[in-house]
Amino acid sequence: MRTEIRNAHVIDPKNGVDEKVSLFLAEGRVVGVGPVPGGFTADTVIDAHGLIACPGLVDLSTRLPGLESELTAAVAGGVTAVACPPDTNPPLDEPGLVERLVRRSEALGLARVYPIGALTQELAGEKLAEMASLTSAGCIAFSQAQYPIFDTQVLLRAMEYAATFGYAIRLQPQDHYLARDGVAHDGEVASRLGLAAIPVCAETVAIATALQLARQTGVRLHLARISSAAGVALVREAKASGLQVSCDVTVHHLHLSEHDIGYFDSGARFDPPLRSVNDRDALRAAAADGTAIICSDHTPVDEDGKQLPFAAAMPGATALELLLPLVLKWAREDQLPLAAALARVTCDAASALGVDRGALGVGSPADICLFDPEENWVLAAKNLVSCGKNSPFIGQEMTGRAQMTLIEGRVVFDRKGGLGG
Amino acid sequence: MRNPQLNANGELTHLLSIEGLPREVLLHILDTASSFLEVSDRDVKKVPLLRGKSVFNLFFENSTRTRTTFEIAAKRLSADVINLDVGRSSTAKGETLLDTIDNLVAMHADMFVVRHASSGAPYLIADHLHRVGRDDVHVVNAGDGRHAHPTQGLLDMYTIRHYKKDYSRLTVAIVGDILHSRVARSDIDALRTLGAAEIRAVGPQTLLPTEIGGMGVRVFHDLREGVRDCDVVIMLRLQNERMSGALLPSAREYFKCYGLTPEVLTLAKPDAIVMHPGPMNRGVEIDSEVADGPQAVILPQVTFGIAVRMAVMSILAGN
Repeated sequence: MRTEIRNAHVIDPKNGVDEKVSLFLAEGRVVGVGPVPGGFTADTVIDAHGLIACPGLVDLSTRLPGLESELTAAVAGGVTAVACPPDTNPPLDEPGLVERLVRRSEALGLARVYPIGALTQELAGEKLAEMASLTSAGCIAFSQAQYPIFDTQVLLRAMEYAATFGYAIRLQPQDHYLARDGVAHDGEVASRLGLAAIPVCAETVAIATALQLARQTGVRLHLARISSAAGVALVREAKASGLQVSCDVTVHHLHLSEHDIGYFDSGARFDPPLRSVNDRDALRAAAADGTAIICSDHTPVDEDGKQLPFAAAMPGATALELLLPLVLKWAREDQLPLAAALARVTCDAASALGVDRGALGVGSPADICLFDPEENWVLAAKNLVSCGKNSPFIGQEMTGRAQMTLIEGRVVFDRKGGLGG
Repeated sequence: MRNPQLNANGELTHLLSIEGLPREVLLHILDTASSFLEVSDRDVKKVPLLRGKSVFNLFFENSTRTRTTFEIAAKRLSADVINLDVGRSSTAKGETLLDTIDNLVAMHADMFVVRHASSGAPYLIADHLHRVGRDDVHVVNAGDGRHAHPTQGLLDMYTIRHYKKDYSRLTVAIVGDILHSRVARSDIDALRTLGAAEIRAVGPQTLLPTEIGGMGVRVFHDLREGVRDCDVVIMLRLQNERMSGALLPSAREYFKCYGLTPEVLTLAKPDAIVMHPGPMNRGVEIDSEVADGPQAVILPQVTFGIAVRMAVMSILAGN
C-alpha cells in the first residue's frame, strides 16, 4: 500500500519540518517528505487541503477500561500510541497479562499500546516485580501508578534493580501520609468549602525523595503528573544539575485550577488535585519551555462514579479525544508556535517512553494525525467515543480536532469519511 | 456560575450555605424568625403555614439535637415530619444518595433537611433536583462535613442581634477547631455579609485552615489576645477524636491554652456574650463557671434556633 498525502501543512517538530509538503508512505513507513521518491507510485492519494499533518500523538498515561472503545477513542483524537499504567485489574505484574494486553491491542489494529509494568508485585510496594520478564513481555517502563511505596528502602532497591538493566521508572510523586484523606488542593477553595486538603509539600517531599534516590542509583526517572509550581522548580533544578529526569503534566492541569471546583463539582476532582492559578501558570510555563511533557491522563469514570459527594467521587476525566484540542487551545492562549506545542505530545512524549514514534522523518512509522486547526465544534458527551463521558469541558467550544488518523500507513479513523479518496 | 440556592428572581429555593446569600436574604430570615418567636410561647404552639407539606429529615450522620430542633420547627409549622435513619437503612443496603432522594421525591416529599458527613452533599442533591426538573422540592443543609451549617450560622446571628443590635460595631472571636468546623465557616460568612467590624479566628495552627486569611478574618494563636476587647466570643466544640493525637497533645493541654475561663473572659468587653453551638465539653473548651455564668447565652441560642428554622422552612415553602 503506497499513499501520498498531498496539500497538507506538515508539522514534524522532531525534524524541524513546518511547511506545505507532500508525505509519501509505503510499507507502513514514511518514505519521502517533499519531493516524490524515485519510482514511487501512489495507490491512494489523500488530499489534505486546509489540514495540518503531524505525527500521531503519543500519550504517556491512558487508562483502558475497555480496550476497543478506548483505542477507538484514541485514534478519533489523533492519538496513535498510548502508554498504559499498571493499575489495571489485575495489575500488570505478570508477564502473561502484559503479553495478553499487547496481543489483544495489536489484533485491534488501532492505537499502539505500550504497557507500563508494575514496579512491585500487586503494586503493594513490598516485593519487586519481575522486571526483566515483564520487559520481554512488552513493558517499556515500570511504575506504581498512584499506589505508594511506603518503605523508601524498597524504592531504593527498585531503582537499583531497574538501573541494572537500564529500565525506566515512572513515579507519581505524592507523599501518602501528607496527602492522606485529601481530595483538593490545600488552598483558598478547600479552606472555604471545608474539603480535606492535599498540601503542595505532599508533592515536593516525594519529588525530593525520588530525585535523591535517582541520583544515587542512576536510574532513568520520569515524574508523572506534576501539579505545582514548587514541584516544577525542583525538576528544573535537577535537570540543570545534569540529572537524567523527565516529567509530565496533565492537559487538565494546564487549563483548570482549584476554582473550577465551583460548588463542589465532582467533574473537577483530579488526582493530583487541581491547584492554584499560580501553580497552573507554572505548569504552562514548564510545558512551554519543554521542562514538562503533556499527557492526557485519560481516566474514564462512569456517571455513578461522579454522581457522589465531592470527596466520594472518583477522580479523573475522559481526555483522549481532548488532548489535541486542549493542546491547541493552550498554544493559542499562550501564543506558542504550533510546532513547539505539538512536540510535547509527539516527539517529546515518544522520547520519554523511549519508543520510535512521534516523528515523520524518512523511515519513521507512518503514524499520522491530520487535523483542521480552524474547525469550531462543541464538546458533547454523547459524541465522545470513549466509554468515559465525563469531562469538565462538556458544553464548551473547542477549535481544531483530528479529521483523519493513520497508523503505519493505514487509515484507522476518518471523521468525514471522504478524505481517503 | 448558577448559585444553586437562588432562583432566577433571586429568591431562596434551598438553604445550602450562607456564602453567596445577599444581606437582604439573611435579614429577611432573621426578621421572619422574630415573628415566630412568640409562637413558641403560646399554649397552642402551632401555625398552619406548612400544613399538608412533608418534611423529610435525612440524617446521614447522627445528631439527635439538630434533628430534634428541625422536627420541632417543622411541627410548629404544621408540617408532616418524617425522620429517616438513613445511616441504618437504605445506604447500608448499598443504595446511592441520589437513589434515596429519587425514592423520597416519588413519595411526594416537599422538603429535605439533610445532614451528611461529606462536604457538599446537599449541593449534589439540589443539583440533582434541578436536573430532574424538581426545583419545587427544597433542600435545607443541616450540616455537611466541614463545610457549612447555615441554620446554626443564622441562629448565631439572631442571638448576636438580640443582644448587640448593630453588627457593624462588633468584634467577634471564634475560638477552637475552625479547620473541622462547619459552624465556624457559616458564622464567618454570615458575619462578613452582615458587616461585622472584626472577625477573629483563634486556635492553634493545627486547627486552622491553611488559607483562612482569605476568608476575611484576623488570626490569633493566643487566646488572651484573641479575646481581648471582644463583644462576642463563640466557642467551638472540640470533637473527642481530635483531643489527643497529631492535632493536639491532650484535652488537658487544650484547656490550658484555649479553654475559656472566667479569668480569660475578663479580657473581653464587660458586656461580652459567650456562645457555643453545643454540645459543650465542660472543662475542655469552656469552664463550667463561664458556661453557666451571666455572660453565657447558650440556652437562648437553642430557643432562637427553633424560630430561625421555622423561618427558613416557611420562606422556602413560599410563605
